[in-house]
Amino acid sequence: MIHDAKLMAELAAETPKAAVPAVLANVSRRAVLGGLGAFALAVSLRDRAEAEEKKDEPKKFGADGMPHGWRDDPTIFVAIAPDGTVTVTNHRSEMGQGVRTSIALVVADELDADWSKVKVVQAWGDETRFGNQDTDGSRSLRHFFQHFRHVGAAARQMLREAAAKQWGVPVAEVTAENHVVAHAKSKRRLGYGEIAAAAAALPVPARESVALKDPKSFRYIGKGEIGLIDNRDITTGKAIYGLDTRLDGMLYALVARPPVYGGRVASLDDSEARKVPGVVKIFQIEGAPIPSEFMPLGGVAVVAKNTWAAMKARDALKITWDDGPNATYDTDTFRGELEKAARAPGKVVRNQGDVDAAMAKAKTRVTAEYFVPHLVQAPMEPPAAVARVKDGACEAWACTQGPQAAHDRLVKALKLPADKVKVNVTLLGGGFGRKSKPDYVVEAALCSQAVGGAPVKLTWTREDDIHHGYYHTISVEHLEAGLDEKGMPVAWLHRSTAPTIGSIFAPDPKHELPFELGMGLVNTPFNLPNIRLENPEAAAHVRIGWFRSVSNIPHAFAIQSFVAELAHAAGRDPKEYLLDLIGPARKIDPTSIGDVWNHGEDPALYPIDTGRLRRVIETVAGGIGWGRKVEKGRGLGIAGHYSFVTYTAVAAEVEVSDKGQVAVKRVHIGVDCGPQVNPERVRSQMEGAVVMGMGLALTSEITFKQGRAQQNNFDGYEIVRIDAAPEVHVHLLPNPDYRAPLGGVGEPGVPPVAPAIANAVFAATGRRIRQLPIRDKLSA
Amino acid sequence: MIKLTVNGAERSFDGDPDMPLLWFLRDELGLTGTKFGCGQALCGACTVHLGGTAVRGCVTPVSAAEGQEVVTIEGLSPDGNHPVQAAWRDLNVSQCGYCQTGQIMQAASFLKDTPKPTDAQIDEAMSGNLCRCGTYPRIRAAIHQAAGQATAPAAKGERL
Repeated sequence: MIHDAKLMAELAAETPKAAVPAVLANVSRRAVLGGLGAFALAVSLRDRAEAEEKKDEPKKFGADGMPHGWRDDPTIFVAIAPDGTVTVTNHRSEMGQGVRTSIALVVADELDADWSKVKVVQAWGDETRFGNQDTDGSRSLRHFFQHFRHVGAAARQMLREAAAKQWGVPVAEVTAENHVVAHAKSKRRLGYGEIAAAAAALPVPARESVALKDPKSFRYIGKGEIGLIDNRDITTGKAIYGLDTRLDGMLYALVARPPVYGGRVASLDDSEARKVPGVVKIFQIEGAPIPSEFMPLGGVAVVAKNTWAAMKARDALKITWDDGPNATYDTDTFRGELEKAARAPGKVVRNQGDVDAAMAKAKTRVTAEYFVPHLVQAPMEPPAAVARVKDGACEAWACTQGPQAAHDRLVKALKLPADKVKVNVTLLGGGFGRKSKPDYVVEAALCSQAVGGAPVKLTWTREDDIHHGYYHTISVEHLEAGLDEKGMPVAWLHRSTAPTIGSIFAPDPKHELPFELGMGLVNTPFNLPNIRLENPEAAAHVRIGWFRSVSNIPHAFAIQSFVAELAHAAGRDPKEYLLDLIGPARKIDPTSIGDVWNHGEDPALYPIDTGRLRRVIETVAGGIGWGRKVEKGRGLGIAGHYSFVTYTAVAAEVEVSDKGQVAVKRVHIGVDCGPQVNPERVRSQMEGAVVMGMGLALTSEITFKQGRAQQNNFDGYEIVRIDAAPEVHVHLLPNPDYRAPLGGVGEPGVPPVAPAIANAVFAATGRRIRQLPIRDKLSA
Repeated sequence: MIKLTVNGAERSFDGDPDMPLLWFLRDELGLTGTKFGCGQALCGACTVHLGGTAVRGCVTPVSAAEGQEVVTIEGLSPDGNHPVQAAWRDLNVSQCGYCQTGQIMQAASFLKDTPKPTDAQIDEAMSGNLCRCGTYPRIRAAIHQAAGQATAPAAKGERL
């Protein structure tokens, strides 16, 4: 989402305030390019930029629309050694989603390779060579599945051509199967390794000439029988993460950063810190001004001979800070400001019918507000990087979701030519969006530069991670509905109020960007006659960043909770009510309901399919036994959501004790992400999403006072532990058509979890949760 | 000078005796399989065996290991095939994998004392080990499997 957010934020900053693009309906590209009259107002920011910059080029979607797009040249991604070992180069960052395994198995399947002879190496950051490497937005397989099929198939074709040439037979008579090329008539066979050198000398076949397999003959794709390619390294401690790189002569650094976003060092006394044995250098880092984008916050760096010495010396620094403009940020007060904004009209981002007139005539009116606090990603491996800046060049080793972004920031910070900077990508000990922002990689490089070129490992402690994050936004969602005599809404008003991620890219934006609005706000596919969605202003006072599933979290929590509230007001079953609100199975053009982003995908290929949404909801309802009688103190809740062009639903069973403690007993999660490349990893992502969604529902929260985060470590910022983890049942909705477009997997499991739990709590207790996390709110 | 045994090899250290075992193992010996997650014994990523018992390396000073045997993930089994490691691979427990070395060390120690655990015993023994990816359902299943207990089919993942 780096790309979408940065582009949109910069454009929004340039947009004249009067020309607010309220997206209306179905404005065709042709009309936009005609660029006339009222239509011009309806063009999305991104469309406008493209219209200006690219004139007549058609709008690009999917991987085509990403910086540097995609590559499918087998010579970039596949190498076959004389012993037959197939090495696949993976250019996407591995952070637990299984991409190293999944991309390799796609290549291996089309190559007809023996999986036991396949290994994976990690690409460095070089999008010109490898195509886009921003590993975010749940799109690695979605964007690259077909291209990596082509990579494997093209390599296979080259092996067959080489064998045909060597044997002097028509290539059509040469087969390639399970690491062997063969000519049946002459009974000749060669292992892939034996013909690899000859194959590599051939030209890469024209794209159109390469035939992909019939999916019926897939051996690995869609089977879910391949174990993780890094399983042995992970379980024996050999896997190398960002914190694990070791170079000769390496030093170790920590940075004391301003406790308030935009603060600076006012005075520094490092006399005690210098006395700590092992300290090599203490120096100040100039922080980037607000908006600081992906550049360091500044502060005081300590470089030492080991991590412990750096920690002790940092503790001994005496620093006074000039806190700057965010010194009074207090999340309790700010919540009040958001509520005030959410109770007054704001910028209209979708408007159909006449909400005010319908609301006035409605039989019943329901109003509710929902609050979601700041969160921090807290990957188990905090941000970390090693860098060496020497002889006019920089090489870095980092756990990064965006190696090209890291590369570009290093070029900027070090003022080096682009070809003198290289970013190597390690495994990531979790990412969840935090590691899309490479401020820590730049810090490592500045430390190496300051000590004259020795490699330096820069470590963030857990406290650093929690105090200086790119936080999930803080939000108030205000919903009003007018119901008819049957209890169905005839008017729907939703005001979403939250500081935008655009605030790290552009000065002081006040509105959510199209990609945030397109995360489950404007594109909620309810069958409503009158709907108005507004986005009142909200300012940012901390760095706001992506947190797994991003704005879908507050939008889904509010909308899916509100639906259950309406069902209650109507005296109806919440699942049936939700399905009625979604309406009959149909395909909706996302642009027709104000979603100009559509996760960067072609609306023609990716319409919103309410039939698929209905099906996942019905599946989890069946799974949990919806409607059954539960024990006293227990309740069932349900929620469905559409995000990252994937359909998910959760049904949860909770138990609330006499003291108000919530225990989630079992969860059924259903996902329809189109065809599944590696169903085993789809399943594991859903299991993990349930646990992460539970954490933000039950315990996780970052609060600020005087601009400072109030939590320090996993004691104050609580995430789910094993004793709270429920029984999880994953339902993968089959889609065997591998020509169909793929949906995302990494993020879509998260959004429906919190509202399903809140709805279950209501069923158990009759008490409605409108503020996360639940914590001890039911104990009073 | 502090002397100790790490994975069977004798080691000595003449630096700061307060240095946590975690940083001694990682920075001084290069044994990076032991992970840093919190520095406050809140997450268990740094779990190693000290004198046969699971401890948190991030709050155990290296001086506390004087004259003792330390075992890290690198030394848990000579071939990497400890039943816990094998079960972890068989069930594909890991997502990012970062916390899993600590989980495995904790589970191996726990199973030595509790060879046939219940779910409740597993939850109690493993509740100090955080996993942000949320692999807990599979951790439970893998511990049962390592203990030779039948694993529920759902936990096996992909056999639909």
